[in-house]
Amino acid sequence: MSNEIDVSSHRDAVEFADGVYWIGALDPTLRTFDIILSTANGTSYNSYLVKGQDGVAIIDTVKENFSDEFFARLESEVDYKEIKAIILNHLEPDHTGALPELMRRAPEAKLYISQRATSMLKALLKPTGDGFEYTTVTTDDRISLGDRTLRFLHTPFLHWPDTQCTYLEEEGILFSGDVFGCHYCDKRLFNDLVGDFRFSFDYYYAHIMRPFKKHVMDALKLIEPLKIKQIAPTHGPILRERPRRYVTHYRELSTSSLSREIGVAEQSLVIFYMSSYGNTARMAEEINEGANAIDGVRVSLYDLEGGETGPFVDLIEEADALLFGSPTINGDAVKPVWDLLSSLAVVNLKGKLGGAFGSYGWSGEAVAMIEDRMRGLKMRIPQQGLRIKLIPTEEELEECRAFGTAIAEEMVGKKQQKAVIDMADLA
Amino acid sequence: MAKAKITFQDIEQTVNVPAGTRVIEVSEKIGAGIIYGCREGDCGTCMMHVEEGWNNLTEPSVLEEKVLKENMAGRHDRLACQAQILGDCSVKPT
Repeated sequence: MSNEIDVSSHRDAVEFADGVYWIGALDPTLRTFDIILSTANGTSYNSYLVKGQDGVAIIDTVKENFSDEFFARLESEVDYKEIKAIILNHLEPDHTGALPELMRRAPEAKLYISQRATSMLKALLKPTGDGFEYTTVTTDDRISLGDRTLRFLHTPFLHWPDTQCTYLEEEGILFSGDVFGCHYCDKRLFNDLVGDFRFSFDYYYAHIMRPFKKHVMDALKLIEPLKIKQIAPTHGPILRERPRRYVTHYRELSTSSLSREIGVAEQSLVIFYMSSYGNTARMAEEINEGANAIDGVRVSLYDLEGGETGPFVDLIEEADALLFGSPTINGDAVKPVWDLLSSLAVVNLKGKLGGAFGSYGWSGEAVAMIEDRMRGLKMRIPQQGLRIKLIPTEEELEECRAFGTAIAEEMVGKKQQKAVIDMADLA
Repeated sequence: MAKAKITFQDIEQTVNVPAGTRVIEVSEKIGAGIIYGCREGDCGTCMMHVEEGWNNLTEPSVLEEKVLKENMAGRHDRLACQAQILGDCSVKPT
């Protein structure tokens, strides 16, 4: 494959469409990004420059310690006086590190951000004490550079509340922010020249975009109708060869796979448990039985001892309700339960139903601790958890079945309406 | 102590609460669908829609108004961690 492009050998801007330049930086030695991501060959911080008759726009900047490279590439093409607009598609520090200095060097430039970026901008600029002026923009707002038009797309939560995309109408280039990006560092810069980055692309989606699938789908509604010739993300290769396939791939990655297995009307309840003497397992089986009695709910029962976190996270992502069973050992739920409950940052749990149960010896704290964790993960706990001291009796097993039934009824909206209750009677 | 009734429409449940209680405290205990993040009126996660009794909640502060605006709140939306219940009202998640 051609090696004619090598951005590591110079500090000039790289033109990739008429008057459109890459002015970013390579970070080949980075091995961990944002604590949560491994970056086997580093990453890049992509920044872009668009020249128009009436001035220049800069789209996103770079991480602070890469500012020199960014400014050198910028200066290779334009003077700071020419900069009319600075557009921030995403305010995370790896894209705004050079912003305060850029604003100082280009005081005439106007700053364009999304509405939701305003409080973040202020918080990010706290250390410098600069109170920059800005203009907020949303879908279909445009700025003109004379012969060039930049149109904004409001695409929040990809992967921060502030995120947006910017579309250069005349060239069909989508400056997508972190969307369609990946941590893949290659001096050849373009998707048709770089190495095999498929893993990095999917890995990035799985850790950054996956919790926001619904927002990805909303964004795709705005992106798909665009005539796209190139996609210019803030990390990884510029997608100039067949860019549309990455859009299609995002839709595939964001589509539910469970809905292909069970009916749309059917709901999924997953029960996870750990048991040391079989008592919590017994409870799980009876809860399973009780929940199965309700039509429209597909119940799955899993012993945490026999599985791995990754596939369980996949199950949780598509479930409508989750129950966790744990014995109490030394005043706590058991580690495999916490391991799973601390591995859920990559999926959206907001609004799912949750519940907890478990057998205990003398104090039984595990159930309430699990419930608190689930509330903290933005789940709804409709039914108070079920605790049983050591070996369940027949009556207690009946309670387990009733618990399972109540959760399933809540899922399908069949729960009996309750009379007015008093706050003081709530646990 | 003065009492008020708040109805969570998503779970069709009404709760009698002491006047002055914050909505999120009740929502959390009853298992309604209004969820929370920071609980400090900053993140906007607990935004809810007030169906009835808009005037029976405490007035939004300037800061709450700002967060509502930033989160593109609609008419009669409030933050459940900020709004205190003064009289009968009915709410649901946004």
